[in-house]
Amino acid sequence: MKLIVAVVKPFMVAKVKDALQEAGVVGMTVSEAHGYGRQRGHTEVYRGGEYDVEFVPKARLEIMVGDERADELVSLIVETARTGTIGDGKVWVMPLATTVRVRTGERGADAL
Amino acid sequence: MTIAATWNTSDTLWVLLGAALVLFMTPGLALFYGGMVRAKNVLSIMMNNFIAIGVITVLFVALGGSLIFDVDLGGGLLGGLHLAGLSGLSEALPGLSWVGADPMAVMVFQMMFAIITAALISGGTADRIKFPAFIALIALWFLLVYVPLAHWVFSPNGWLAHLGVLDFAGGTVVEINSGFSTLAVVLVLGKRRGWPGEAMAPHSVPLSLLGAGILWFGWFGFNAGSSLGVNHVAVVAFTNTQLAAATGLLGWVVFEKFREKFPTTLGAASGAVAGMVAITPCAGFVSPLAALGIGLAAGLLCAVAVRAKFRFGYDDSLDVLGVHGVGGLLGMFALGLFATKSVNAAGGEGLLVGGGTHLFLLEVLAAATTAVFAFTVTYVIAKALDLTMGLRVSQEAEYTGLDLSEHAESAYSHGGSGRLG
Repeated sequence: MKLIVAVVKPFMVAKVKDALQEAGVVGMTVSEAHGYGRQRGHTEVYRGGEYDVEFVPKARLEIMVGDERADELVSLIVETARTGTIGDGKVWVMPLATTVRVRTGERGADAL
Repeated sequence: MTIAATWNTSDTLWVLLGAALVLFMTPGLALFYGGMVRAKNVLSIMMNNFIAIGVITVLFVALGGSLIFDVDLGGGLLGGLHLAGLSGLSEALPGLSWVGADPMAVMVFQMMFAIITAALISGGTADRIKFPAFIALIALWFLLVYVPLAHWVFSPNGWLAHLGVLDFAGGTVVEINSGFSTLAVVLVLGKRRGWPGEAMAPHSVPLSLLGAGILWFGWFGFNAGSSLGVNHVAVVAFTNTQLAAATGLLGWVVFEKFREKFPTTLGAASGAVAGMVAITPCAGFVSPLAALGIGLAAGLLCAVAVRAKFRFGYDDSLDVLGVHGVGGLLGMFALGLFATKSVNAAGGEGLLVGGGTHLFLLEVLAAATTAVFAFTVTYVIAKALDLTMGLRVSQEAEYTGLDLSEHAESAYSHGGSGRLG
């Protein structure tokens, strides 16, 4: 099992969700996140005073999948969330030791 | 008290309506200021505004109103105490026998001016003043600074009014006074910890915009109500308020567009306020064309002035000096230039209208007197309070935020760490 984590631009969330749903992914977790990469932050100006906003708002998606689907879904996320401009985000994959469905107590692949 | 005289009903209604509008400016100011501070201090500054309504109302009724409007005690310096407790109001106020409105309406109208002027100071002291210290500050300041100034200018028996100084709705008493009093307090109080290096950006510009809108709405009562009657001067003051607010808004935004590329929402709100500050002394004395120009000049000048604090290093958090002090000075000077009797026969003729230097010099004298008096006396008050009760919150309170440290409340309780739902 793998955990796919994707940090994308907030307005891309709906599009990525639709694409994953269509590909048969049945669940995900989305949270608001803040961070920066190569794009760095941005500057805001209030009454002439400049304020550096170092952490930019992002959306963080987490999806648990079987090993065999990980590469395919990562590619799908990357293609869907890409605008080609700086700040599009990052996707990474981590091995998942176990999962448990709280309602039934099922474990491992059965709980995906 | 017997109802001895019958006052003009429409004038009385006008002044009461004006009083309600001016009162509404204080919660408007709370929103304007509240949006500009960080989320941890929004209730604190709003409470500073709101508490002024309570404190100043009581002090105005008990003493202040009488010291301002009662028969002069000598030299045009201060009124007496015959009107304390709002007694003795069955006759016209001394020197204001031409006013058709009920004297109690005039007193309550003037009470609202004192409230908002006190509330304005909180814009400078934001994020770091102890709540009890703010109350003590505005109470002493009202009695020792506002009351004498208001007597000098608003009572026809005051020495500045007697000299012939014009000030329609408080360019001196409200605007220059609040600006320079605030400067004095913040010099004693010191900078916010971390300012100007740390980001202290506004937490909700929409609140500020709404607040500016309420100030704008209330300012019609402030300026047009200052005619103290339903007449052509009131209509001119009303119109000029709208014109100067509009061009102030445009001036500030245009300045930003050329200076920083982006015209900001907060700049638009600030510009409208700056325009209305500058037109305040002029409202019933200048032509609509002059009002357009005065507003525009205020928008441009105040947009520059709010940057001065970064250069000189005084932490006037929300720019009371830059907007009200500088805008008020501009308004008084402009009145000396553009006043015309074609608008108001009881007014004067400015330098550019062919009236010579007489009025202009009087306006400069009143503006300078107000700035120096307000700064000096307020500085002494602030220093005395700092040495006795202490003005500033602790370092920890300043870090945590004054909403929690001074009021045990949080403005926004949804989400956030340590709390779900």
